[in-house]
Amino acid sequence: MTIIPDQPINFSSLHRLQWEEAQQKYVILYPEGMVELNQSSAEILKLCDSTRTLAQIVSELEQKFDTTGLTNDITAFLGVALQNDWINQH
Amino acid sequence: MTGLTNTNITPPRWLLAELTYACPLQCPYCSNPIDYANYQSELSTDDWKRVLTEARKMGAVQLGFSGGEPLTRQDLPELVKHARELGYYSNLITSGYGMTEEKILQLKEAGLDHIQVSIQASSQELNDHIAGTKSFEHKKTVAHLVKKHGYPMVLCVVIHRENIHQMPEILAMAEELGADYLELANTQYYGWAHANRDLLLPTKEQFEKAEVIAQAFKEKVAGKMKIYYVVPDFYEDRPKACMNGWGTTFLTIAPDGVALPCHSARDLPGLDCPNVNDYSISEIWHESKAFNFFRGFEWMKEPCHSCDEKEKDFGGCRCQAYLLTGDMYNTDPVCSKSPNHEVIQHAIDSAKASANLTGEEKPLIFRNSKNSRTLTKN
Ligand code: SF4
Ligand code: SF4
Repeated sequence: MTIIPDQPINFSSLHRLQWEEAQQKYVILYPEGMVELNQSSAEILKLCDSTRTLAQIVSELEQKFDTTGLTNDITAFLGVALQNDWINQH
Repeated sequence: MTGLTNTNITPPRWLLAELTYACPLQCPYCSNPIDYANYQSELSTDDWKRVLTEARKMGAVQLGFSGGEPLTRQDLPELVKHARELGYYSNLITSGYGMTEEKILQLKEAGLDHIQVSIQASSQELNDHIAGTKSFEHKKTVAHLVKKHGYPMVLCVVIHRENIHQMPEILAMAEELGADYLELANTQYYGWAHANRDLLLPTKEQFEKAEVIAQAFKEKVAGKMKIYYVVPDFYEDRPKACMNGWGTTFLTIAPDGVALPCHSARDLPGLDCPNVNDYSISEIWHESKAFNFFRGFEWMKEPCHSCDEKEKDFGGCRCQAYLLTGDMYNTDPVCSKSPNHEVIQHAIDSAKASANLTGEEKPLIFRNSKNSRTLTKN
Protein backbone atom coordinates (compact mmCIF):
# COMPACT_ATOMS: atom_id res chain seq x y z
CA MET A 1 0.00 0.00 0.00
CA THR A 2 1.33 3.38 -0.95
CA ILE A 3 0.05 6.92 -0.79
CA ILE A 4 -1.64 8.15 -3.97
CA PRO A 5 0.04 11.52 -4.63
CA ASP A 6 -2.87 13.53 -5.99
CA GLN A 7 -5.53 12.42 -3.53
CA PRO A 8 -6.16 14.04 -0.15
CA ILE A 9 -5.47 12.01 2.97
CA ASN A 10 -8.16 11.39 5.59
CA PHE A 11 -7.71 10.46 9.17
CA SER A 12 -9.65 7.25 9.87
CA SER A 13 -13.14 7.67 11.26
CA LEU A 14 -12.60 4.49 13.29
CA HIS A 15 -9.64 5.95 15.20
CA ARG A 16 -9.19 9.02 17.34
CA LEU A 17 -6.14 11.27 17.52
CA GLN A 18 -5.93 13.02 20.85
CA TRP A 19 -3.59 15.02 23.04
CA GLU A 20 -3.01 13.34 26.39
CA GLU A 21 -2.21 15.82 29.11
CA ALA A 22 -1.07 13.14 31.57
CA GLN A 23 1.41 11.70 29.09
CA GLN A 24 2.31 14.98 27.42
CA LYS A 25 1.93 13.43 24.01
CA TYR A 26 -0.50 12.66 21.23
CA VAL A 27 -2.03 9.19 21.08
CA ILE A 28 -4.17 7.26 18.62
CA LEU A 29 -7.09 5.50 20.25
CA TYR A 30 -9.02 2.58 18.79
CA PRO A 31 -10.95 -0.42 20.11
CA GLU A 32 -8.90 -1.92 22.91
CA GLY A 33 -5.73 -0.17 21.97
CA MET A 34 -3.63 2.94 22.02
CA VAL A 35 -0.52 4.05 20.17
CA GLU A 36 1.68 6.75 21.62
CA LEU A 37 3.08 9.13 19.05
CA ASN A 38 6.28 11.09 18.98
CA GLN A 39 6.08 14.73 18.08
CA SER A 40 6.89 14.45 14.38
CA SER A 41 4.40 11.64 13.78
CA ALA A 42 1.72 13.67 15.52
CA GLU A 43 2.53 16.76 13.42
CA ILE A 44 2.10 14.73 10.23
CA LEU A 45 -1.15 13.05 11.29
CA LYS A 46 -2.71 16.32 12.38
CA LEU A 47 -2.49 17.44 8.77
CA CYS A 48 -4.33 14.37 7.48
CA ASP A 49 -7.66 16.15 7.51
CA SER A 50 -9.14 15.28 4.09
CA THR A 51 -8.01 18.57 2.55
CA ARG A 52 -4.29 18.04 1.96
CA THR A 53 -2.32 15.78 -0.38
CA LEU A 54 1.09 14.31 0.40
CA ALA A 55 2.93 17.17 -1.32
CA GLN A 56 0.93 19.75 0.57
CA ILE A 57 1.68 18.10 3.90
CA VAL A 58 5.37 18.00 3.08
CA SER A 59 5.60 21.62 2.07
CA GLU A 60 3.58 22.77 5.04
CA LEU A 61 5.81 20.93 7.51
CA GLU A 62 9.02 22.03 5.78
CA GLN A 63 7.80 25.57 6.11
CA LYS A 64 6.75 25.17 9.71
CA PHE A 65 10.06 23.68 10.80
CA ASP A 66 12.09 25.80 8.40
CA THR A 67 13.79 22.88 6.71
CA THR A 68 13.85 20.88 3.45
CA GLY A 69 14.12 17.25 2.35
CA LEU A 70 11.32 15.83 4.49
CA THR A 71 9.61 14.02 1.58
CA ASN A 72 11.15 10.61 2.19
CA ASP A 73 10.54 10.53 5.93
CA ILE A 74 6.98 11.72 5.66
CA THR A 75 6.17 9.33 2.81
CA ALA A 76 7.58 6.42 4.79
CA PHE A 77 5.65 7.32 7.91
CA LEU A 78 2.40 7.78 6.00
CA GLY A 79 2.93 4.34 4.46
CA VAL A 80 3.05 2.87 7.95
CA ALA A 81 -0.02 4.89 8.96
CA LEU A 82 -1.88 3.59 5.92
CA GLN A 83 -0.98 0.02 6.73
CA ASN A 84 -2.29 0.48 10.25
CA ASP A 85 -5.53 2.02 8.95
CA TRP A 86 -4.91 5.27 10.84
CA ILE A 87 -5.40 7.09 7.55
CA ASN A 88 -7.03 6.33 4.21
CA GLN A 89 -7.66 7.90 0.82
CA HIS A 90 -11.26 7.11 0.02
CA MET B 1 -4.74 2.81 54.00
CA THR B 2 -1.47 1.17 54.86
CA GLY B 3 0.71 4.22 54.45
CA LEU B 4 2.75 2.59 51.74
CA THR B 5 4.26 5.00 49.31
CA ASN B 6 6.00 3.94 46.19
CA THR B 7 7.44 6.51 43.85
CA ASN B 8 7.81 4.23 40.82
CA ILE B 9 4.12 3.78 40.27
CA THR B 10 2.90 4.32 36.72
CA PRO B 11 -0.57 5.84 36.31
CA PRO B 12 -3.57 3.73 35.29
CA ARG B 13 -4.32 3.72 31.55
CA TRP B 14 -7.35 1.44 31.44
CA LEU B 15 -10.42 1.73 33.57
CA LEU B 16 -12.85 -1.14 33.51
CA ALA B 17 -16.18 -0.05 34.94
CA GLU B 18 -18.23 -3.10 35.81
CA LEU B 19 -21.50 -1.25 36.14
CA THR B 20 -23.61 -4.15 37.35
CA TYR B 21 -23.62 -7.89 37.91
CA ALA B 22 -27.16 -8.08 36.54
CA CYS B 23 -27.30 -9.98 33.26
CA PRO B 24 -30.12 -11.74 31.47
CA LEU B 25 -27.63 -14.22 30.01
CA GLN B 26 -26.13 -17.21 31.81
CA CYS B 27 -22.82 -17.99 30.12
CA PRO B 28 -21.12 -20.87 31.92
CA TYR B 29 -17.69 -19.23 31.36
CA CYS B 30 -18.65 -15.84 32.76
CA SER B 31 -15.72 -14.12 34.45
CA ASN B 32 -17.84 -12.60 37.20
CA PRO B 33 -17.13 -14.08 40.62
CA ILE B 34 -19.05 -17.23 41.52
CA ASP B 35 -20.52 -15.47 44.55
CA TYR B 36 -21.66 -12.38 42.61
CA ALA B 37 -25.21 -12.76 43.93
CA ASN B 38 -23.89 -11.71 47.34
CA TYR B 39 -22.96 -8.28 46.04
CA GLN B 40 -26.27 -6.60 45.47
CA SER B 41 -25.37 -2.97 46.00
CA GLU B 42 -24.45 -0.80 43.02
CA LEU B 43 -22.70 2.55 42.86
CA SER B 44 -24.92 5.53 42.11
CA THR B 45 -24.62 7.62 38.96
CA ASP B 46 -22.78 10.34 40.89
CA ASP B 47 -20.33 7.85 42.36
CA TRP B 48 -19.49 6.55 38.89
CA LYS B 49 -19.04 10.06 37.58
CA ARG B 50 -16.61 10.83 40.36
CA VAL B 51 -14.69 7.60 39.68
CA LEU B 52 -14.44 8.47 35.98
CA THR B 53 -13.31 12.01 36.71
CA GLU B 54 -10.64 10.98 39.22
CA ALA B 55 -9.22 8.16 37.11
CA ARG B 56 -9.10 10.39 34.03
CA LYS B 57 -7.21 13.03 35.96
CA MET B 58 -4.58 10.41 36.79
CA GLY B 59 -4.17 9.43 33.14
CA ALA B 60 -6.70 6.68 32.38
CA VAL B 61 -7.82 6.99 28.77
CA GLN B 62 -9.31 3.67 27.66
CA LEU B 63 -12.60 3.00 29.37
CA GLY B 64 -14.64 -0.19 29.24
CA PHE B 65 -18.26 -0.24 30.38
CA SER B 66 -18.95 -3.85 31.21
CA GLY B 67 -20.74 -6.01 33.73
CA GLY B 68 -22.87 -8.20 33.78
CA GLU B 69 -24.86 -6.46 31.10
CA PRO B 70 -24.15 -2.71 31.24
CA LEU B 71 -27.31 -1.95 29.25
CA THR B 72 -29.35 -2.84 32.31
CA ARG B 73 -28.13 0.44 33.87
CA GLN B 74 -30.56 3.17 32.87
CA ASP B 75 -27.92 5.85 33.43
CA LEU B 76 -25.55 4.42 30.81
CA PRO B 77 -26.02 7.29 28.30
CA GLU B 78 -25.37 9.80 31.06
CA LEU B 79 -22.16 8.03 32.08
CA VAL B 80 -21.06 7.78 28.44
CA LYS B 81 -21.61 11.50 28.00
CA HIS B 82 -19.58 12.28 31.10
CA ALA B 83 -16.80 9.98 29.86
CA ARG B 84 -16.74 11.72 26.47
CA GLU B 85 -16.50 15.14 28.05
CA LEU B 86 -13.52 13.93 30.05
CA GLY B 87 -11.79 12.66 26.89
CA TYR B 88 -12.03 8.92 27.44
CA TYR B 89 -12.15 6.49 24.54
CA SER B 90 -15.14 4.48 25.65
CA ASN B 91 -16.02 0.91 24.85
CA LEU B 92 -19.32 -0.75 25.56
CA ILE B 93 -18.91 -4.47 26.20
CA THR B 94 -22.34 -5.97 25.73
CA SER B 95 -24.19 -9.18 25.03
CA GLY B 96 -26.54 -7.08 22.88
CA TYR B 97 -29.44 -8.00 25.10
CA GLY B 98 -31.74 -5.00 25.51
CA MET B 99 -30.06 -3.04 22.71
CA THR B 100 -32.33 -1.17 20.29
CA GLU B 101 -31.60 1.13 17.36
CA GLU B 102 -32.85 4.02 19.43
CA LYS B 103 -30.35 3.24 22.18
CA ILE B 104 -27.52 2.87 19.68
CA LEU B 105 -28.28 6.35 18.38
CA GLN B 106 -28.63 7.77 21.86
CA LEU B 107 -25.26 6.33 22.90
CA LYS B 108 -23.63 7.61 19.72
CA GLU B 109 -24.96 11.05 20.47
CA ALA B 110 -23.60 10.77 24.00
CA GLY B 111 -20.14 10.05 22.55
CA LEU B 112 -19.64 6.31 22.78
CA ASP B 113 -16.65 5.24 20.66
CA HIS B 114 -17.27 1.58 20.08
CA ILE B 115 -19.50 -1.35 20.84
CA GLN B 116 -18.27 -4.87 21.34
CA VAL B 117 -20.99 -7.45 20.86
CA SER B 118 -20.45 -10.98 22.06
CA ILE B 119 -21.87 -13.94 20.21
CA GLN B 120 -21.67 -17.38 21.77
CA ALA B 121 -21.58 -19.54 18.62
CA SER B 122 -22.27 -19.50 14.90
CA SER B 123 -25.59 -21.32 15.11
CA GLN B 124 -28.76 -20.28 16.85
CA GLU B 125 -29.12 -23.55 18.66
CA LEU B 126 -25.70 -23.53 20.25
CA ASN B 127 -25.66 -19.78 20.91
CA ASP B 128 -28.97 -19.92 22.74
CA HIS B 129 -27.89 -22.99 24.67
CA ILE B 130 -24.59 -21.45 25.86
CA ALA B 131 -26.15 -18.09 26.62
CA GLY B 132 -28.95 -19.83 28.47
CA THR B 133 -31.25 -17.34 26.76
CA LYS B 134 -32.78 -17.00 23.31
CA SER B 135 -30.60 -14.31 21.84
CA PHE B 136 -28.90 -15.31 18.58
CA GLU B 137 -31.01 -13.48 16.00
CA HIS B 138 -31.13 -10.34 18.09
CA LYS B 139 -27.35 -10.31 18.48
CA LYS B 140 -26.93 -10.42 14.73
CA THR B 141 -29.39 -7.56 14.32
CA VAL B 142 -27.46 -5.54 16.90
CA ALA B 143 -24.18 -6.23 15.07
CA HIS B 144 -25.73 -4.87 11.85
CA LEU B 145 -27.01 -1.77 13.64
CA VAL B 146 -23.64 -1.10 15.24
CA LYS B 147 -22.09 -1.13 11.80
CA LYS B 148 -24.87 0.91 10.23
CA HIS B 149 -24.36 3.73 12.71
CA GLY B 150 -20.65 4.08 12.05
CA TYR B 151 -19.13 2.47 15.10
CA PRO B 152 -16.09 0.26 14.69
CA MET B 153 -17.71 -3.15 15.08
CA VAL B 154 -16.01 -5.53 17.42
CA LEU B 155 -17.33 -9.03 17.57
CA CYS B 156 -16.27 -11.20 20.47
CA VAL B 157 -16.59 -14.95 20.58
CA VAL B 158 -15.43 -16.88 23.62
CA ILE B 159 -14.01 -20.20 22.47
CA HIS B 160 -14.33 -23.48 24.38
CA ARG B 161 -14.98 -27.15 23.75
CA GLU B 162 -18.66 -26.71 22.92
CA ASN B 163 -18.07 -24.29 20.04
CA ILE B 164 -14.45 -24.76 18.96
CA HIS B 165 -15.53 -27.10 16.12
CA GLN B 166 -17.49 -24.17 14.68
CA MET B 167 -14.36 -22.10 14.06
CA PRO B 168 -14.81 -21.97 10.24
CA GLU B 169 -18.46 -20.94 10.60
CA ILE B 170 -17.65 -18.40 13.30
CA LEU B 171 -15.12 -16.75 11.00
CA ALA B 172 -17.58 -16.77 8.10
CA MET B 173 -20.18 -15.17 10.35
CA ALA B 174 -17.77 -12.40 11.38
CA GLU B 175 -17.06 -11.69 7.73
CA GLU B 176 -20.70 -11.65 6.80
CA LEU B 177 -21.50 -9.27 9.65
CA GLY B 178 -18.70 -6.96 8.49
CA ALA B 179 -16.78 -6.98 11.77
CA ASP B 180 -13.85 -4.54 11.90
CA TYR B 181 -12.34 -6.46 14.78
CA LEU B 182 -12.87 -10.04 15.80
CA GLU B 183 -11.86 -11.14 19.22
CA LEU B 184 -11.41 -14.90 19.44
CA ALA B 185 -11.04 -15.34 23.15
CA ASN B 186 -10.09 -18.78 24.24
CA THR B 187 -11.73 -19.22 27.63
CA GLN B 188 -9.67 -18.16 30.62
CA TYR B 189 -10.40 -20.46 33.50
CA TYR B 190 -11.51 -18.21 36.37
CA GLY B 191 -14.86 -17.69 38.01
CA TRP B 192 -17.57 -19.72 36.33
CA ALA B 193 -15.22 -21.10 33.70
CA HIS B 194 -13.09 -22.60 36.46
CA ALA B 195 -16.16 -24.36 37.88
CA ASN B 196 -17.04 -25.69 34.41
CA ARG B 197 -13.52 -26.41 33.23
CA ASP B 198 -13.92 -30.14 32.61
CA LEU B 199 -16.71 -29.37 30.18
CA LEU B 200 -15.15 -26.32 28.52
CA LEU B 201 -11.45 -26.99 28.05
CA PRO B 202 -10.79 -28.20 24.49
CA THR B 203 -8.33 -30.98 23.81
CA LYS B 204 -4.93 -30.05 22.45
CA GLU B 205 -5.85 -31.47 19.04
CA GLN B 206 -9.05 -29.41 18.89
CA PHE B 207 -7.21 -26.29 19.91
CA GLU B 208 -4.40 -26.75 17.38
CA LYS B 209 -6.80 -27.42 14.56
CA ALA B 210 -8.84 -24.32 15.38
CA GLU B 211 -5.71 -22.20 15.66
CA VAL B 212 -4.51 -23.17 12.19
CA ILE B 213 -7.89 -22.21 10.74
CA ALA B 214 -7.91 -18.89 12.60
CA GLN B 215 -4.35 -18.06 11.49
CA ALA B 216 -5.13 -18.73 7.84
CA PHE B 217 -8.21 -16.53 8.13
CA LYS B 218 -6.18 -13.77 9.75
CA GLU B 219 -3.94 -13.64 6.69
CA LYS B 220 -6.89 -13.76 4.34
CA VAL B 221 -8.64 -10.77 5.91
CA ALA B 222 -5.52 -8.71 6.65
CA GLY B 223 -6.28 -5.07 5.95
CA LYS B 224 -10.02 -5.60 6.33
CA MET B 225 -10.54 -7.18 9.70
CA LYS B 226 -8.25 -7.26 12.70
CA ILE B 227 -8.14 -10.44 14.74
CA TYR B 228 -7.36 -10.45 18.44
CA TYR B 229 -6.53 -14.01 19.34
CA VAL B 230 -6.45 -14.75 23.04
CA VAL B 231 -4.48 -17.96 23.53
CA PRO B 232 -5.59 -20.61 26.03
CA ASP B 233 -2.56 -20.54 28.27
CA PHE B 234 -3.03 -24.16 29.37
CA TYR B 235 -1.37 -25.18 26.11
CA GLU B 236 1.53 -22.73 26.37
CA ASP B 237 4.70 -23.25 28.38
CA ARG B 238 4.95 -19.66 29.58
CA PRO B 239 2.19 -17.76 31.36
CA LYS B 240 0.61 -14.58 30.08
CA ALA B 241 1.95 -11.27 31.37
CA CYS B 242 -1.08 -10.83 33.50
CA MET B 243 -2.56 -7.33 33.56
CA ASN B 244 0.67 -6.07 31.98
CA GLY B 245 2.06 -6.16 35.52
CA TRP B 246 0.05 -5.79 38.72
CA GLY B 247 -1.04 -2.23 39.45
CA THR B 248 0.74 -0.79 36.41
CA THR B 249 -2.00 -0.26 33.83
CA PHE B 250 -5.42 -1.65 34.71
CA LEU B 251 -7.97 -0.52 37.24
CA THR B 252 -11.24 -2.43 37.59
CA ILE B 253 -14.13 -1.12 39.62
CA ALA B 254 -16.72 -3.75 40.59
CA PRO B 255 -20.46 -2.87 40.70
CA ASP B 256 -20.40 -2.28 44.46
CA GLY B 257 -17.41 0.07 44.24
CA VAL B 258 -14.63 -2.34 45.17
CA ALA B 259 -11.45 -1.49 43.27
CA LEU B 260 -9.60 -4.48 41.83
CA PRO B 261 -6.11 -4.77 40.32
CA CYS B 262 -7.56 -7.53 38.09
CA HIS B 263 -11.17 -8.59 37.74
CA SER B 264 -10.64 -11.85 39.65
CA ALA B 265 -8.68 -10.29 42.50
CA ARG B 266 -11.77 -10.38 44.66
CA ASP B 267 -11.15 -14.09 45.17
CA LEU B 268 -7.60 -13.69 46.50
CA PRO B 269 -7.30 -13.95 50.30
CA GLY B 270 -6.17 -11.06 52.48
CA LEU B 271 -5.98 -8.36 49.83
CA ASP B 272 -8.61 -6.16 51.48
CA CYS B 273 -9.55 -4.56 48.19
CA PRO B 274 -10.54 -0.95 48.89
CA ASN B 275 -13.90 0.59 48.00
CA VAL B 276 -14.31 3.87 46.12
CA ASN B 277 -16.88 4.84 48.73
CA ASP B 278 -14.07 5.10 51.27
CA TYR B 279 -11.05 6.33 49.30
CA SER B 280 -10.16 8.45 46.30
CA ILE B 281 -8.89 6.70 43.18
CA SER B 282 -5.48 8.22 43.75
CA GLU B 283 -5.29 6.84 47.31
CA ILE B 284 -6.44 3.46 46.06
CA TRP B 285 -3.95 3.34 43.21
CA HIS B 286 -0.94 4.63 45.12
CA GLU B 287 -1.42 3.62 48.72
CA SER B 288 -3.77 0.68 49.08
CA LYS B 289 -2.48 -2.67 50.23
CA ALA B 290 -4.24 -4.46 47.36
CA PHE B 291 -2.68 -2.43 44.55
CA ASN B 292 0.79 -2.65 46.07
CA PHE B 293 0.55 -6.35 46.90
CA PHE B 294 2.20 -7.74 43.77
CA ARG B 295 3.82 -4.60 42.39
CA GLY B 296 7.42 -5.04 41.36
CA PHE B 297 9.33 -8.28 41.93
CA GLU B 298 10.05 -8.43 45.66
CA TRP B 299 7.06 -10.61 46.49
CA MET B 300 8.16 -13.40 44.16
CA LYS B 301 9.11 -16.90 45.22
CA GLU B 302 11.43 -19.19 43.30
CA PRO B 303 11.72 -20.05 40.47
CA CYS B 304 10.38 -16.61 39.45
CA HIS B 305 12.50 -14.52 41.79
CA SER B 306 15.80 -15.37 40.11
CA CYS B 307 14.35 -15.98 36.65
CA ASP B 308 15.56 -13.82 33.78
CA GLU B 309 12.09 -13.81 32.21
CA LYS B 310 10.33 -12.17 35.14
CA GLU B 311 10.17 -8.75 33.51
CA LYS B 312 8.42 -10.32 30.56
CA ASP B 313 5.61 -12.19 32.30
CA PHE B 314 5.73 -10.98 35.96
CA GLY B 315 5.48 -14.61 37.07
CA GLY B 316 2.09 -14.99 35.40
CA CYS B 317 -1.35 -14.69 36.87
CA ARG B 318 -1.81 -14.48 40.64
CA CYS B 319 -5.38 -15.71 40.47
CA GLN B 320 -4.35 -18.75 38.45
CA ALA B 321 -1.54 -19.50 40.90
CA TYR B 322 -4.03 -19.31 43.74
CA LEU B 323 -6.80 -21.30 42.06
CA LEU B 324 -4.53 -24.10 40.91
CA THR B 325 -1.82 -24.32 43.58
CA GLY B 326 -3.55 -22.83 46.61
CA ASP B 327 -0.79 -20.23 47.09
CA MET B 328 -1.10 -16.89 45.34
CA TYR B 329 2.65 -16.22 45.65
CA ASN B 330 3.56 -19.27 43.60
CA THR B 331 4.75 -19.25 40.02
CA ASP B 332 1.78 -19.48 37.66
CA PRO B 333 1.63 -23.28 37.10
CA VAL B 334 1.26 -22.73 33.35
CA CYS B 335 5.02 -22.07 33.34
CA SER B 336 7.01 -25.19 32.59
CA LYS B 337 9.53 -24.10 35.23
CA SER B 338 6.86 -24.22 37.92
CA PRO B 339 7.25 -27.12 40.39
CA ASN B 340 3.45 -27.39 40.19
CA HIS B 341 3.28 -27.53 36.41
CA GLU B 342 1.74 -31.02 36.53
CA VAL B 343 -1.59 -29.56 37.73
CA ILE B 344 -2.08 -28.23 34.22
CA GLN B 345 -1.65 -31.67 32.71
CA HIS B 346 -4.08 -33.05 35.29
CA ALA B 347 -6.63 -30.45 34.28
CA ILE B 348 -6.16 -31.30 30.63
CA ASP B 349 -6.48 -35.04 31.31
CA SER B 350 -9.52 -34.58 33.47
CA ALA B 351 -11.21 -32.46 30.79
CA LYS B 352 -10.33 -35.01 28.14
CA ALA B 353 -11.77 -37.83 30.22
CA SER B 354 -15.01 -35.94 30.60
CA ALA B 355 -15.12 -35.22 26.84
CA ASN B 356 -15.61 -38.94 26.33
CA LEU B 357 -18.63 -39.06 28.57
CA THR B 358 -22.12 -38.51 27.26
CA GLY B 359 -22.49 -35.14 28.95
CA GLU B 360 -25.33 -36.19 31.19
CA GLU B 361 -23.14 -37.12 34.14
CA LYS B 362 -22.10 -33.59 34.88
CA PRO B 363 -24.05 -30.78 33.24
CA LEU B 364 -22.73 -27.26 32.71
CA ILE B 365 -23.38 -24.94 35.61
CA PHE B 366 -24.99 -21.84 34.18
CA ARG B 367 -24.24 -18.44 35.62
CA ASN B 368 -27.35 -17.27 37.45
CA SER B 369 -28.24 -16.08 40.92
CA LYS B 370 -29.64 -19.41 42.01
CA ASN B 371 -26.42 -21.25 41.12
CA SER B 372 -24.37 -18.44 42.61
CA ARG B 373 -26.11 -18.84 45.95
CA THR B 374 -25.95 -22.65 45.90
CA LEU B 375 -22.26 -22.70 45.05
CA THR B 376 -21.27 -20.21 47.74
CA LYS B 377 -23.22 -21.87 50.53
CA ASN B 378 -20.71 -24.67 50.89
S1 SF4 C 1 -20.28 -13.56 30.13
FE1 SF4 C 1 -22.45 -13.93 29.64
S2 SF4 C 1 -23.44 -14.16 31.66
FE2 SF4 C 1 -21.45 -13.18 32.02
S3 SF4 C 1 -21.88 -11.03 32.02
FE3 SF4 C 1 -21.25 -11.57 29.92
S4 SF4 C 1 -23.18 -12.02 28.85
FE4 SF4 C 1 -23.64 -12.03 31.04
S1 SF4 D 1 9.68 -18.96 36.34
FE1 SF4 D 1 8.30 -17.25 36.73
S2 SF4 D 1 9.27 -15.46 35.80
FE2 SF4 D 1 10.31 -17.30 34.97
S3 SF4 D 1 9.24 -17.73 33.04
FE3 SF4 D 1 8.23 -18.96 34.65
S4 SF4 D 1 6.54 -17.65 35.40
FE4 SF4 D 1 7.94 -16.31 34.22
